[in-house]
Amino acid sequence: MQAETTPSGAVPGLARKAEKKSRLGPALKEIGKHKHAYILMGPYMILFFLFTVIPVVFSLLLSFFYFNMLEFPRFVGWQNYSRLLLNDDVFMIALKNTFLFAVITGPVSYVACFLFAWIINELSPKVRAVMTLVFYAPSISGNVFFIWLIVFSGDSYGYLNGFLIKYGFILEPIQWLTNENYILPIVILVQLWLSLGTSFLAFIAGLQTIDKSLIEAGAVDGIRNRWQELWFITLPSMRPQLLFGAVLQITSSFAVADISIALAGFPSVNYAAHTVVTHLMDYGTIRFEMGYASAIATVLFGIMIGTNMLTQKLLRKVGE
Amino acid sequence: MKMIPALRAPKRLNRSLTVSFLLFALLAVFGAFMALPLVYAINNAFKPLDELFIFPPRVLVSNPTFDNFYDLVALMGSSWVPLSRYIGNTLLITLVGTAGHILLASAAAYPLAKYKMPGGKTLFSIVVLSLMFSGHVTAIPNYMVMSWLGWINTHASIIVPALAFPLGLFLMKQFMEQIPDALIEAAKIDGANEYRIYWTIVMPNVKPAWLTLMILQFPMLWGTDGGSFIYSENLKTLHYALGQITQGGIARAGVGAAVALILMIVPITLFILSQSSVIQTMATSGMKE
Repeated sequence: MQAETTPSGAVPGLARKAEKKSRLGPALKEIGKHKHAYILMGPYMILFFLFTVIPVVFSLLLSFFYFNMLEFPRFVGWQNYSRLLLNDDVFMIALKNTFLFAVITGPVSYVACFLFAWIINELSPKVRAVMTLVFYAPSISGNVFFIWLIVFSGDSYGYLNGFLIKYGFILEPIQWLTNENYILPIVILVQLWLSLGTSFLAFIAGLQTIDKSLIEAGAVDGIRNRWQELWFITLPSMRPQLLFGAVLQITSSFAVADISIALAGFPSVNYAAHTVVTHLMDYGTIRFEMGYASAIATVLFGIMIGTNMLTQKLLRKVGE
Repeated sequence: MKMIPALRAPKRLNRSLTVSFLLFALLAVFGAFMALPLVYAINNAFKPLDELFIFPPRVLVSNPTFDNFYDLVALMGSSWVPLSRYIGNTLLITLVGTAGHILLASAAAYPLAKYKMPGGKTLFSIVVLSLMFSGHVTAIPNYMVMSWLGWINTHASIIVPALAFPLGLFLMKQFMEQIPDALIEAAKIDGANEYRIYWTIVMPNVKPAWLTLMILQFPMLWGTDGGSFIYSENLKTLHYALGQITQGGIARAGVGAAVALILMIVPITLFILSQSSVIQTMATSGMKE
């Protein structure tokens, strides 16, 4: 009797517990079942959050503070942003230059990546491998863009000056990298030279995997020339790679800084090659106004994400 | 082999010869533009001093010599941080950073590609989102994280963040999706656990992706100058040394060209060796809609 009543008395309590578990239960069970998956992902995700995700959030928070690395941060509300957008003339120059860079190098490098991949794809495999190397090599030869420093060197030993003097176009060497009129175009040129990177390879690969029967079927259906083939078959089949390439090209086109610094100096003459990133470096690593620098970083973050999202939307319409 | 002409026939019908010629001409012109600075950099390293400063400057070397490399060794033997130290630092950063990245990224990519666990999709979308902004955005908090960890002026400050580079995880995951589920199921039936499957089934099958991650990671670390994290001379990298040499002025031009050649030739050689694997991986790089 005793043995029977005790469990029966405990039933309501057990039932309540079971009910409570049934809501959380499946989720926990699911997590438990995939324990190994989380352990495998752990090391990467911890570092990824520590060095990418948390810093983004932290930067956003810090942009509302005054912080100089020495004193305790002081909350200042929107002050950093109002100063940045209304009172900082140099930031306006940086913003203008950054957009100018991005508007030119972004689309031009993207189209160049695709165009050259598309032409190279028509070559025989051996020539294709060589041409892929020729176009891709600059982007991995890293810091060899200093060669351009010699090309655009201000004395007559500079390659361009030497050439122009020899053929009589100019009589005296031009100070390419300290003349405001030339700095921006030169940085754009070198940036373009370096920009056939991962997206270019993705396009080469994408073109090689297009289903040949699609092209045949297209020819039967009345596709008359390569431009129609490009628009109706090639581009739509490559949409995933096109989206991927766009992300990489846009992000790098807004991040111009290293090349500008290497070629034009930091700060450049009259801020002619000053970009949002160099402005950020100025406040973050020289003036130690961390809150203000974080506001600049947050604006940059917004511009990059916004442009990427917009472009993704547009590209999904290709070939439709 | 018999199929090939038949396959090509309709393709050729759509090609106008004039346009083909114009397109290949365009490719040749821009190819020259791309290659010229590199050809120039290679030639410079073998130029004797008088040829480096010839007027008007020439691209190709006429009397090639190894003098610049001997000078480099001599110069660096006499400086208080020997050149081997810079090379050692660069090699350490590059090898540990690249190998660790491949290992960590593939370990994380395998569950993301093959299992549907809670939060997996969200984590992957965060990784994709992080491709949409550059590391400059996080530079300032990163510096604070580093100083909090006490990693300022250590090689860890360069190596560890590079391990969690998002592009590598993205490409690895896309490539792993191709591995047939049946292969993994079969291993499970044979009694292998997840770690064993990852190491003995998945990893050997994604060798092309390893090489791709290497090609993306290697040049980045190989070319690092230590940034704002490293200030001790004996921890600096080869690229930093190059900067110091070229600042030495005209007399160091030949030595600078020699170091530049060493810096550029290694990533380029790696790419030549791994090109076909890289292209194979990139075929799966697309972003799904």
